Amino acid sequence: MVAWTDFERATIKDIFSKIDYEVVGPAAISRFLIVYPWTQRYFAGFGNLYNAAVVMQGLEKVVKNMDNIKATFTELSTLHSEKLQVDPDNFMSCSFDCLAIVVAAQLGKDFTPEVHAAFQKFLAVVVSSLRRQYY
Amino acid sequence: MSLSAKDKEIVKAFWAKVSGRADNIGGDAVARMLTVYPQTKTYFSHWKDLSPSSAPHGATVMAAVTDAVSKIDDLIGALLSLSELHAFTLRVDPANFKVLSHNLLVVLSTTFPNDFTPEVHVAIDKFLTAVALALSEKYR
Repeated sequence: MVAWTDFERATIKDIFSKIDYEVVGPAAISRFLIVYPWTQRYFAGFGNLYNAAVVMQGLEKVVKNMDNIKATFTELSTLHSEKLQVDPDNFMSCSFDCLAIVVAAQLGKDFTPEVHAAFQKFLAVVVSSLRRQYY
Repeated sequence: MSLSAKDKEIVKAFWAKVSGRADNIGGDAVARMLTVYPQTKTYFSHWKDLSPSSAPHGATVMAAVTDAVSKIDDLIGALLSLSELHAFTLRVDPANFKVLSHNLLVVLSTTFPNDFTPEVHVAIDKFLTAVALALSEKYR
């Protein structure tokens, strides 16, 4: 069980209310496909990058279920490990660090070190949940 | 993943924009690192005050990075004495270089939301990785 402080809960909800999924989702994915080109191996069948909003919606589900993230992600974890076969090392370093950078650009000065820390903790929990179903 | 001629061009061009605000950017990156990755505070126990506003060290770091940009063709040579400092005196675990690099990228992204395009991001990321490697040269 993850212990969230009131500040962290409020900050995560606030970040997700401020960002535009249609912009941030595709921007984050297209950024990491350029910055870490080996990740392109996973996207041959992904289709239109504008479906990347679906990744943001997955994250939004987590925001709504912050006290039960592991269960929320069981299906997605199995999907990423068995069907998509994504190397889990990619999650944090490639995709979520890029997401932090895109959100930082969107929020500018509001992405203070404290907000950044809360977001990074949130992403670490998401990564750990996505890794759970790998064997 | 060595730096191509194109990468070096991009780094130099982008860094020209950075140099006017290097001190603030460096300070913000170090302060941010201490907040977001608190394990890094262990290297700064000799500082009396670890509050985010007191990160003058960021200016020192940025000056070294700016110097590295000007010597981008021989980073190992340029960073030799800093490598000895980090290896023998400071004894910073080199895994942390990536951490500071990430925080620097975040600050560059908040400071230059339009100029920090994916193409600039990849060139700067490669450059900072090369700097980290040069800094690790003397460790063992």
